[in-house]
Amino acid sequence: MEFFDIYLVEALINGVLLGGVLALLALGLNLIFGVIDVVWICYAELIMLGMYAMYFLFSVYQLPWPLAALITIAIVGVLGLVLHYLVIAPLLGSPPINQLLATGGVLFFLQSAATVMFGIDFRNLGIRLPVLEAGDMFISYARLLAFGAALVGMLIVYLFLTRTYTGTAIRAISQDREIMTLMGVDSRRIYLITSALGGSLAGLAACLLVLQYDVHPFVGLSFGPITFLICVLGGLGNFAGGFVAAFLFAEIISLGGLYSDLEWGYVLAFAFFIIMMFIRPAGLLARRT
Amino acid sequence: MTAVLNVEGLVKRFGGFTAVNHVSFQMEQGEILGLIGPNGSGKSTIFNLLSGTLKPTAGSIRFRGHEIAGHSPHSIINGGIGRTFQIPRPFRRLSIFDNVALAGFYGQGRHSRSAAFEAAERALGLVGLPTDRHAMVDGLGAAGLKKLELAKALATGPQLLLADESLGGLDEHEMDQAADMLRAIRKELGITIIWVEHIMGVLMRVVDRVMVLDHGEKIAEGLPAEVAGDPRVIEVYLGTDATAVHAAATAARG
Repeated sequence: MEFFDIYLVEALINGVLLGGVLALLALGLNLIFGVIDVVWICYAELIMLGMYAMYFLFSVYQLPWPLAALITIAIVGVLGLVLHYLVIAPLLGSPPINQLLATGGVLFFLQSAATVMFGIDFRNLGIRLPVLEAGDMFISYARLLAFGAALVGMLIVYLFLTRTYTGTAIRAISQDREIMTLMGVDSRRIYLITSALGGSLAGLAACLLVLQYDVHPFVGLSFGPITFLICVLGGLGNFAGGFVAAFLFAEIISLGGLYSDLEWGYVLAFAFFIIMMFIRPAGLLARRT
Repeated sequence: MTAVLNVEGLVKRFGGFTAVNHVSFQMEQGEILGLIGPNGSGKSTIFNLLSGTLKPTAGSIRFRGHEIAGHSPHSIINGGIGRTFQIPRPFRRLSIFDNVALAGFYGQGRHSRSAAFEAAERALGLVGLPTDRHAMVDGLGAAGLKKLELAKALATGPQLLLADESLGGLDEHEMDQAADMLRAIRKELGITIIWVEHIMGVLMRVVDRVMVLDHGEKIAEGLPAEVAGDPRVIEVYLGTDATAVHAAATAARG
């Protein structure tokens, strides 16, 4: 019984650590959807490219990790900007299904392009962060670092959104598009800033995930669907809902994995998602209108 | 005095429907023009054309000497045309102050926090709303929401204010207050105002000039007393508002 408790606590902690990273992923997607009203189906593929950027900058060009991370965040931020400029902006007035198909097309394009450019080998940074032993629990430093950095990243975004007028405009434009332009706001500019910010969040996620996972052209499939489900569970575009849903999902995965295989944790999490879609289709924290 | 706004041959068609049909008018600096007409007569379409929300089919809009017809809304706003909406559209998840300060931050392309604060405090003061940083929009009633709408438009720093006032939701006392406020704002800021309103009595007391629209065409323009006595105007309002027109005419003369 004693062992059981330690494992339970360990699973709970790992769930929280996973939740932080999932919350970061969800925030990026929610930000784009909440402000621009478009779902970046290819969001996780931006993360994949960011992981490759980290691999090349850190392992091939031998840059120190923090510098490589900063450059990666900037690169993926620019990718977000380019994605908006080339694909999203021309489709802003189109039906949502066209936008979904277009970003879905970008997903396959990026996967194929990555396969052509980088091959299908699994690559990793070749560093192994130590494991923290506390009590009888084992917590990986990679996860702790990812959790901490994800929280810091989210805090910075939160402060930007609440303390600056550009951030306030980003929040406001998600409430009423037309009015914003009549307050003298160039919405195209706000969309570009938001896209760059969403891309940067994907870049940060890439820096953290590459510590725990090997990168290959299809690694986005490991994060993309679950990020999307978390956002839907929390209510698409609802930042707070996405945050709560991320931790809920992570705990279900982690605790579910405790009693059998890790895969069962995912099965439970997806089952939970399906049930919740019947109970609260508009999301956990759906606003009452 | 020179014309602040010079509208020439303005046309807007939606498919086969002509919402605005060759409307021309001029406005002098500091003037208040009342824009009236039955529902669907083209008042809101003219506002949407002036503020850039719609692009005109034909015609020219010259504001302070520059052609602005078809320009994007944000550049028109930053050029000095502010606009309020008939149905208030505040950002409910922002505080009252932030709603107005946001307009102050972006209006005129200022992009400065201190200028935004200054513009917000001034605008809130002009309409008589508290400048408390944390008061939320939810606490406001119908009259308060209209004031907020006005404060947002004023904070963008307009030379020309398009006030889609429609005092429908207000009681008589509040209507008078709103009318007095527009006059006070004109006096304080020296700005030019176009005021759209359904209730003619209040409007006739406040405006310098009236323009009447019907089916997208200008059917009368002049001093309130003249327009109220115009047979075509009476015909347009006949049955519904004819008595109101006469009452307004009497009020304007008296």
